[in-house]
Amino acid sequence: MGRAAVTVEQNGKRQQPYGTGTRAQRTVRMLIRDRYLYFLALPGIAFFILFKYVPMWGLIIAFKDFSPYVGMWQSNWVGFEHFRRFFGNDDFYLLLRNTLAISSLNLLLFFPAPILVSIMLNEVRHRVYKRVVQTVIYFPHFLSWVIIAGISFIMLGQADGVINGILETIGLEKIPFLTSPSLFWPMLTLQNIWKDVGWGTIIFLAAMSGIDPTLYEAARMDGAGRFKQIFHVTIPGIRNVIMILFILKLGEVMDVGFEQVFLMGNAAVSNVAEVFDTFVYRNGVLNGEFSYTATVGLFKSIVGLVLVVTANKLAKMAGQDGLY
Amino acid sequence: MTQTSLSEKLFDRINLLLLALLSLAMLFPIYYVVCVSFTDPAEHLKGGLLFYPKGLTLENYQYLFSTPLFPRAIGISAYLAVFGTLLSLIVTSSLAYSLSRKRMLGRKTMLRLILLTMLFHPGIIPNYLLIRDLDLINSLWALILPALSSGWNVFLMKGFFDNIPDGLEEAAVIDGCNDIQVWWRIILPLSLPAIATFGLFFAVAYWNVFFNAVLYINDFQKWPLQLVLRQMLIDSSTSVGGGTVLQEGQIINTESLKMAAVIIGCLPIMLVYPFLQKHFAKGVLVGSVKG
Repeated sequence: MGRAAVTVEQNGKRQQPYGTGTRAQRTVRMLIRDRYLYFLALPGIAFFILFKYVPMWGLIIAFKDFSPYVGMWQSNWVGFEHFRRFFGNDDFYLLLRNTLAISSLNLLLFFPAPILVSIMLNEVRHRVYKRVVQTVIYFPHFLSWVIIAGISFIMLGQADGVINGILETIGLEKIPFLTSPSLFWPMLTLQNIWKDVGWGTIIFLAAMSGIDPTLYEAARMDGAGRFKQIFHVTIPGIRNVIMILFILKLGEVMDVGFEQVFLMGNAAVSNVAEVFDTFVYRNGVLNGEFSYTATVGLFKSIVGLVLVVTANKLAKMAGQDGLY
Repeated sequence: MTQTSLSEKLFDRINLLLLALLSLAMLFPIYYVVCVSFTDPAEHLKGGLLFYPKGLTLENYQYLFSTPLFPRAIGISAYLAVFGTLLSLIVTSSLAYSLSRKRMLGRKTMLRLILLTMLFHPGIIPNYLLIRDLDLINSLWALILPALSSGWNVFLMKGFFDNIPDGLEEAAVIDGCNDIQVWWRIILPLSLPAIATFGLFFAVAYWNVFFNAVLYINDFQKWPLQLVLRQMLIDSSTSVGGGTVLQEGQIINTESLKMAAVIIGCLPIMLVYPFLQKHFAKGVLVGSVKG
């Protein structure tokens, strides 16, 4: 049935010159006709196969007892042994707790920040002023995490950090921003906000520029002040974008940036700074426990996949364009 | 209806003030680091806050460039940013262009398979083992090859090529061009502004590469700048053989050196930023990832 439908479609106008002979013959003729096009795609396809699909295949070591000396093929199958070990281990709960805590804090504070700033920017009438602010706040997005970590140490350090210097000068007590476990998660969120609050406004500002200006005019006629205009025109105008972005962010809760956590983590906060990727790096790449950590990575990937696909479905059910 | 009343004015003032404070929060750390990096290290050691470079000097920068490790790391990162970007552009644009041609058989399947790579990431270990099996540990190729392209970039670029009308291509084909010639001689020159924007984003990514370098480059002689920066800024107490930035016995203010290093790390980004800013708003819109 399915095959018949395809054949009909292939007999459409476009394929007319290749319309004689069997389906296989036509296919071959089309492949020959577009041979240069396939040649053009070849390096890119080779890239995706080698660097995206081969590693997926490599995940079978999560079900084996991989030993570098005998190789992937010769290593013994152990089934779900590594999964059992991981779920029965305290590590699992620690990693899950830290990941979910960091993600939740980001959703709660880092997600709304660009919405607030874009609303503020939208209210600025002075064009040059708006442009200057935008130029300044977009910039940190492009800095590497190493630079941002470095700046954070310079600003927040205990002994000679700038902020603690100011606190000391005005007679307040110093705050151990970098070494206090209870401040570690909020500090990550603060860094995220510093880096990406500006970048995040772009999409909301784009959505706001699509709002019909006559709506604002009508609101003003009805005597609405600036706050009323924001709540009754601006926010409803970007509600859809907010919703879809929130759903997509929900789909990424397992992804806590490795570089940020890895760079900011230290002995004093190790208990709150270990997430899936840092755990995999330390125990797998550094200590050679490849099979076990591949399992940890696989668990994270599967949950991530389920979340993204579900989030996308939800977005579509809400009548939105999904990610795909 | 001139209700530019007191409350309206107040609203505007407060709004502008808050945005100014936000900008200041972004600018101040960078400005402070710039100031200290140009300050005489002896002045800085006296302590206290600086709001302008005191005893203006290039000493910190000169010192960094006099070490063997630092200039080499800059060279490596610059090489990655130039050579890696060129390769990325060629691989990504050729694939994106061919996938934008609707006559290509199997195009939908390929797009779906690329989409899958954006949804499912096998994780660190399989990638690490692949690079190890390819014998690329401690090779700069390990920083280029896995970063050549990404589903995201292919889809964005394909979306751009989708909008190029077929007519152009047909004219070239009648003149005897094959698809590769069309791509190289017509499509690429025609989309130069877009290609340049993608190039800048690739270059920033290569300059900032850290994660892959941590995984794949153990030999400090081959460290890109970000690893050297990390060594200086974060584990300044530890030294890696001859890889230590600070030479023994030298009395030097490491704090000022750190600041100079941060500025060198930022500088290329600052230089390309005006060009980036002109274009990037178009690149981040959702919904562009569609087959």
